[in-house]
Amino acid sequence: MVGIISYGAYIPRYRIKIEEIARVWGANGTEIARGLGVFEKALPDMDEDTITISVEAARAAMARRKVDPADIGAVYVGSESHPYAVKPTAVTVGEAIGATPVMTAADYEFACKAGTAAVQTSMGLVKSGMVNCAVAVGADVAQGEPGDALEYTAAAGGAALIIGNDDPIAEINHTCSFTTDTPDFWRRENKPYPRHGGRFTGEPAYFKHVIGASKMMLEKMGTKPSDYTYAVFHQPNGKFPTQAASMLGFSMEQIKPGLAVTYLGNTYSGASMVGLSAVLDIAKPGDRIFMTSYGSGSGSDSFDITVTDVINSDLFNRDAAPTVSDLLADKKIVDYAVYAKHKGKVVMME
Amino acid sequence: MSVARFWRKQQNRYNLIGNQCTVCGKYFYPPRGFCPVCRRDGKIVEHQFKGTGKVVTFSIIRSSSGNFKLLTPYVLAIIELDEGSRLTTHLVCDIDKVYIGMPVKRVFRKLGEEGSSGAIFYGTKFVPA
Ligand SMILES: [Zn+2]
Repeated sequence: MVGIISYGAYIPRYRIKIEEIARVWGANGTEIARGLGVFEKALPDMDEDTITISVEAARAAMARRKVDPADIGAVYVGSESHPYAVKPTAVTVGEAIGATPVMTAADYEFACKAGTAAVQTSMGLVKSGMVNCAVAVGADVAQGEPGDALEYTAAAGGAALIIGNDDPIAEINHTCSFTTDTPDFWRRENKPYPRHGGRFTGEPAYFKHVIGASKMMLEKMGTKPSDYTYAVFHQPNGKFPTQAASMLGFSMEQIKPGLAVTYLGNTYSGASMVGLSAVLDIAKPGDRIFMTSYGSGSGSDSFDITVTDVINSDLFNRDAAPTVSDLLADKKIVDYAVYAKHKGKVVMME
Repeated sequence: MSVARFWRKQQNRYNLIGNQCTVCGKYFYPPRGFCPVCRRDGKIVEHQFKGTGKVVTFSIIRSSSGNFKLLTPYVLAIIELDEGSRLTTHLVCDIDKVYIGMPVKRVFRKLGEEGSSGAIFYGTKFVPA
């Protein structure tokens, strides 16, 4: 059955505290951090971007399992911060894991759910027999305008899943999506920062789609929330996924292991996939995982996943790459000035 | 650097592709056309380095130009790869943490770009292992 053959995550080392961002704008940082349920966010090093993050995540997945690069027939990278407007991120990822030239590749954009869209495409190609394995990456170096609400959470990081048929560490039992045209968040061509509909991003956007896709999944599978060991929801902050979980009937215990956002921030296309990686870091054979992403614009992809015995077998070596908690623990806190330099806000002569 | 010139060395820079002389066993990075020891008797084959090694020596760069101006202060190091070849590279680490003999591993990073509208160059740098 189609499933996850391997997985890997990557988070840059640098962090800024939400209180430090608030200090610069004269806001109440303690209150903002508590309200968002986010205390620190990750930022890239000077020489890191969505391409380098995607490569590191994909290489972590390759390190955990002996996958013949020649078996990888497709590489898809979902992001809203591809370094080039024209020239795919996916080809550099393919080249850096040795999968080129016999492969297809493309970049995806669908706000924060471009990564799970890549997973779905990969599943389709694998299930149809068009390719042996496919690599699906969700990664971002998220942008938020200085001083805007988004600046408190827009973070850097990503995760990669290798999708295949042979001995998956986790079978993907089903996937389904809920998609409408909803103008809650967008970024126009050539604009550095996105714009959003403020409060509009909640009820008619995030919740409608996350709940919509999740309910469809439960109905289709004939399951109830208590049938799952873990649940992962898109995490633009700590508050939304917690609320969505309780609206659906999932407990805090089920979502906590996959709630990476608290000390990571919102990694946009990486968010739900980093959350899934954190769950796979601790999952045992037989565990069942529920995952629903969300991308503004808007859509949600839901997944029903069952972990297999292979995760503990000789075919797979979880310790060959750092876990999400390892990555979160290896950090260096910086102040706003260093953050601004890292985010390219310090402009030099060309 | 021209786009074409970079592209020709892309596999070497991305994946540490060098080579080895199977006669004397010596490894080369960057790759060599022939073995300097065995000369005409050498036999050169492609080799992908594991990407682990240690710091032989280093220098802290506090003033730089072009693409590197924003990176200062940074560590420029000579790394000996575990297989035995040496290369000069950017070592991404806190400048007060680096020492001779420090174990390092490869990472994929941006090496530079041709201004804000030009090509972006990627490749290998090293971090503490
Ligand atoms: Zn020789």
